[in-house]
Amino acid sequence: MIEIDNLSKSFTLHNQGGAEIPVMAGASLRVAAGECVALTGASGAGKSTLMRMIYGNYLCQSGSIIVGGVDIARAEPREILALRREVLGYVSQFLRVVPRVPTLDVVAEPLLIVGEDESRARERAAELLARLNIPERLWSLSPTTFSGGEQQRVNIARGFAHDYPALLLDEPTASLDAANREVVMSMIEAAKARGAAIIGIFHDEAARDRLCDRVVDVTRFVPGLA
Amino acid sequence: MTDYNFAYLDEQTKRMIRRAILKGMAIPGYQVPFASREMPMPYGWGTGGVQVSAAVLTPEDCFKVIDQGADDTTNAVSIRRFFEKTAGVAVTERTAEASVIQTRHRIPEEALREDQIIVYQVPIPEPLRFLEPRETETRKMHSLEEYGLMHVKLYEDIAQHGNIATAYAYPVKVEGRYVMDPSPIPKFDNPKLEMDAIQLFGAGREQRIYALPPHTKVVSLDFEDHPFDPSKADHPCAICGAEDSYLDEVITDDAGGRMFVCSDTDYCRGRVEAAAGAKAEDAA
Amino acid sequence: MTTPLLSVRDIEKRYGARIGCTGVGFDLYPGEVMGIVGESGSGKSTLLNCLAGHLTPDQGEVIYHDRQGVGRDTVTMSEPERRMLSRTDWAFVHQNPRDGLRMGVSAGGNVGERLMAVGHRHYGGIRSVATDWLGRVEIADDRIDDRPSSFSGGMQQRLQIARNLVTGPRLVFMDEPTGGLDVSVQARLLDLLRGLVRQMGLSVILVTHDLAVVRLLADRLMVMKSGHVVETGLTDQVLDDPQHAYTQLLVSSVLQA
Repeated sequence: MIEIDNLSKSFTLHNQGGAEIPVMAGASLRVAAGECVALTGASGAGKSTLMRMIYGNYLCQSGSIIVGGVDIARAEPREILALRREVLGYVSQFLRVVPRVPTLDVVAEPLLIVGEDESRARERAAELLARLNIPERLWSLSPTTFSGGEQQRVNIARGFAHDYPALLLDEPTASLDAANREVVMSMIEAAKARGAAIIGIFHDEAARDRLCDRVVDVTRFVPGLA
Repeated sequence: MTDYNFAYLDEQTKRMIRRAILKGMAIPGYQVPFASREMPMPYGWGTGGVQVSAAVLTPEDCFKVIDQGADDTTNAVSIRRFFEKTAGVAVTERTAEASVIQTRHRIPEEALREDQIIVYQVPIPEPLRFLEPRETETRKMHSLEEYGLMHVKLYEDIAQHGNIATAYAYPVKVEGRYVMDPSPIPKFDNPKLEMDAIQLFGAGREQRIYALPPHTKVVSLDFEDHPFDPSKADHPCAICGAEDSYLDEVITDDAGGRMFVCSDTDYCRGRVEAAAGAKAEDAA
Repeated sequence: MTTPLLSVRDIEKRYGARIGCTGVGFDLYPGEVMGIVGESGSGKSTLLNCLAGHLTPDQGEVIYHDRQGVGRDTVTMSEPERRMLSRTDWAFVHQNPRDGLRMGVSAGGNVGERLMAVGHRHYGGIRSVATDWLGRVEIADDRIDDRPSSFSGGMQQRLQIARNLVTGPRLVFMDEPTGGLDVSVQARLLDLLRGLVRQMGLSVILVTHDLAVVRLLADRLMVMKSGHVVETGLTDQVLDDPQHAYTQLLVSSVLQA
């Protein structure tokens, strides 16, 4: 489902004397449908960078990232957008939404985008929010005013609203209490069971051990360290 | 005779105006620019109409002038005298006798004939002016037939008053092409715009001439659910008893007394005379 | 493979010796929202006006694929055709609502104008469509007969949007649509625009200098500097991993709230 070959990445800081900072070289990785792979490595080793490259958020200098048959390293913006709508989901650590939009609509949006009808999208959103223990009285409010933990759960609900064949999870269980952590882990297990290919960053070792089939240490992709 | 050239204007000017008239006749409803001259009267007194009349008058013509339907108002009397003096033409107050009629704000009640010409005095020839003040833009709208804006005005009328409150200068579409301001005649007169006579419109200050040849199709703009309604005051004339003519409301005293009388004075007098004649015949 | 809605090739506009914009080309696909960002004087408004037919470019093509799928160069098409497009398939939302509204005409008349322009002649029908659209842009229906001069800035802008979208256009040009509004009103407008874009499947070309606006509204970005396009790409990619020196400067100059 996800095939990464010989990927390299460097940042050029034009406004700081044109300094060039290579951050990744020769990264290769394959994730099959129904498989969950954890990225590990010290902070700054490039876990998030790799995730962002897969999501098309960062450009890469060379190599290929094929998800669902589309090479993200070379695709047009609209192809990447189509991929993000249909195939590739991403649960980041930060919630980024238009202020004022009710939580229920934030969660339903990925479904509306793929053409689900409005009432069914809201039904599904409500189900997810309830499962993640977001009190119903908050659903009509914008999540921008929520606590960190609540925002994180809204973000997860949004990420799991549509059944993406490929999922990127950045610390999905961080800042969650035990009960919600359990809910999220079971959601990830369910996604695996339906055949989603998952790449995740888990600092929570217990979660990693329970969910992941393999662990890839990105330190070996750091240029000069391999 | 006088020392003036026939009908005041010099021949070159009249020729220029006739060319504008011919072009206007060829493109019904289209506003033809012309080099309006200074006339010996202020703008707003009918300088456009006077120039058009001057250009079409011949020594054999019989001339009539009405202002709001009346032959005896200052404006009408002045213009009639002006041409009596400068062209030496015959003048009349009778619609049927006139070959050229200059008018401000009315069409005579009596149907006009093919051998007559009616000349309208026009203050603002551009029907789109109050909605779109840019002349460059309104000219473009005419040339591209973009007339949606004209209906916006009627829409606003209905939204504010419950019906189309525009009671005079009611916009019309000419031969399915140009939207035209019929000059500030009451909308009651709009149906008469389809007539046998030649209709010429002159706007002196705005330097525009436009025309309707005989039998031109003229449709008053409206909405399907708010059709054009040429209404008038719901009274008979207090003098002649006519129920089909356009009426002026006349205040008769300081106590709020009022009466409705025909605005077309010649029509009213004609009816009174005919009734008197019939009475005399009956008596005889 | 779908055809682009708009194919822009090598557009150049000069003001004498000075470059307005040059060498601009891109394809815009149905349903795409493209942001054009850059500082004042970067040529983004010049470009927008060239694309929307308000300015004639000195060179280049703007091919619009109409509802029949026929591609027509709007630069060379006749003025009546272009004006017809701009009141049917196209829409233009000005930064200042006063430029896009008739201030002396009621809200209902403003929305109804485009309908009347394409031949609607049923007052009741026009009014009910106008009422519906006022609702969609969150203007109470009892304001339908009020003039926009009595509206707040945010309401005026929403009215301008309703007036533009009432005929179901396919392509909307927006010039700093949230520019003159205060922050809370901006958010509401952005939310509204996002909803309309999705429901109507609109393609949008959005000029702004506000990176937060493009982040929320635009699928892709074009960064302009001194009349040239210096960088293009997916919106979040350009903002999170800018490649060009100017874009890096632009992104790093945003004040963090």
